[in-house]
Amino acid sequence: MTPAETPLIRTAMPARHGAPSADADNTPEPAAHLAARGFGLRYGTHPALTDISFEIPEHRVTAIIGPSGCGKSTLLRAFNRMNDLIPNVTTSGELRVGALDVNTPSTDVVSLRRRVGMVFQRPNPFPQSVFDNVAFGLRLLGLRQRAALAERVETSLRRAALWEEVKDRLDRSALQLSGGQQQRLCIARCLAVDPEVLLMDEPASALDPTSTARVEELVLELKGRYTIVVVTHNMQQAARISDRTAFLMQGRLVEVGDTRRMFTNPKEKLTEDYITGRFG
Amino acid sequence: MSRERPDVVLPAGVHWRRRVANRVAIGGCVLATALVVLPLGLLVLRLLESGLHGLSLGFFLHMPKPVGEPGGGMANAIVGTLIVVGIGAAIAVPVGVAAGVYLAEYGREQLANVVRYTADVLAGAPSIVVGVAVFGLLVVPMGRFSALAGGVALAVLMLPTVVRATEEVVRLVPASYRQAALALGAPSWVATLRVVLPAARAGVTTAALLAVARASGETAPLLFTALGNRFWSVHLDQPIATLPVMIYDYARAPYSDWNSQAWTGALTLLVLVTVLSALMRLATRNIR
Repeated sequence: MTPAETPLIRTAMPARHGAPSADADNTPEPAAHLAARGFGLRYGTHPALTDISFEIPEHRVTAIIGPSGCGKSTLLRAFNRMNDLIPNVTTSGELRVGALDVNTPSTDVVSLRRRVGMVFQRPNPFPQSVFDNVAFGLRLLGLRQRAALAERVETSLRRAALWEEVKDRLDRSALQLSGGQQQRLCIARCLAVDPEVLLMDEPASALDPTSTARVEELVLELKGRYTIVVVTHNMQQAARISDRTAFLMQGRLVEVGDTRRMFTNPKEKLTEDYITGRFG
Repeated sequence: MSRERPDVVLPAGVHWRRRVANRVAIGGCVLATALVVLPLGLLVLRLLESGLHGLSLGFFLHMPKPVGEPGGGMANAIVGTLIVVGIGAAIAVPVGVAAGVYLAEYGREQLANVVRYTADVLAGAPSIVVGVAVFGLLVVPMGRFSALAGGVALAVLMLPTVVRATEEVVRLVPASYRQAALALGAPSWVATLRVVLPAARAGVTTAALLAVARASGETAPLLFTALGNRFWSVHLDQPIATLPVMIYDYARAPYSDWNSQAWTGALTLLVLVTVLSALMRLATRNIR
């Protein structure tokens, strides 16, 4: 087995939730991994999300689409509680990652974020070496031995399809990489701590077409192992990479379902209008 | 005035006026820059002119000689300055950097405004007042002048600069670094310590250097705290010689060889600060 196929050691990591991972794509109904039930979120008094209920299946790519300002990113960031950084945010209803209630006061946000990784719109590697970037999360978990670190850094970089490009310059600054490489580095950095879920907030919108294609390929490769949620502005991208699509408008979930079905035969008039480019 | 293409045709003379205005503006900037550089240039020239000929290895290695005896150096004052400034930096840099990070990261709290205001008031406090305050707080209870008291006085002078400059540079670190660290499951303090602060390293170094360099030349507060010493001493609880105080003493003494040694001392102080800054900058640049 090449390192790319070796499962990451799961020490010090919370156990993965749910049914034994059915890797094949033809499993009829994968277990729900993330779920929202009557979820709402307000910035102060302004409601950003209202009464959102849907499920995100395990080991699938789910795209969240919708016009600017519809609450896509807010919904995505609710799953690892990144909205906590904004003052005066209040939530209602329920959000679950596996069996874990995300917003319950007893939930440890640090361990939640280890289970639910995030890739941001603009590549944001730390101004440190390539190696240190990927090793950051591992060191947080207390991994110190150089050899063990090196092995997991390599595995993560291979999974992020970046290893061949950076293996000779692991000690160079990550800021010297191209934008597309930086974004894959950020993905590798997430993968290193072995999350169950990857949240991606328009991961390719700051990249050129070639880099975008590579990131999209990567998403398809990774879905066998991780549950992936992608926010995107790009309808074609949603169609190319996602299994399921959720369409949001003005903070409400308009429609959710199988991507192919949504794009060929939407149930809602709004969805059809948006997908065909009549607005948004 | 209605024209068919109003924004294409400019009134006659506009081009000429704009060119003149441009020249005047650039000229003004060059002039201002020259005015900034001029005092430093004159200072360095004057120091070299009067101080260079007194410069010898003996000046760095020898102790001051009694009045009337030729030669002698400022070895004790050079070491003393390093010790006193070192004590000051050892106190002011960690405290100041920590406070600056606090202001930048938790700056919205009420306490932060109090800290910020205090630092600004402290920055405006005359250095001689700081000297007198430390005299009352340390020298009087200890019963004698000391290197320690001198260091504390300099620390108080360095503190506001370190705090406010650190706050500014930490604020400049992109919020995305912090977010990335938090999204990886880092607790807030780890994100600050392991990502934000290293990213601001160069700026924090500059902040510390600025404060240290400024405090290195302070004389007034040292007169009340470190006092000065004609003899060799590296004891922290004893009066200690420092370059600024020695320069002050030698410059106003009625002996011409002391006056010329004061010039050489001033040149040494300038070089010392410059070299220290350069070394620090080199050491903290791109550690990667």
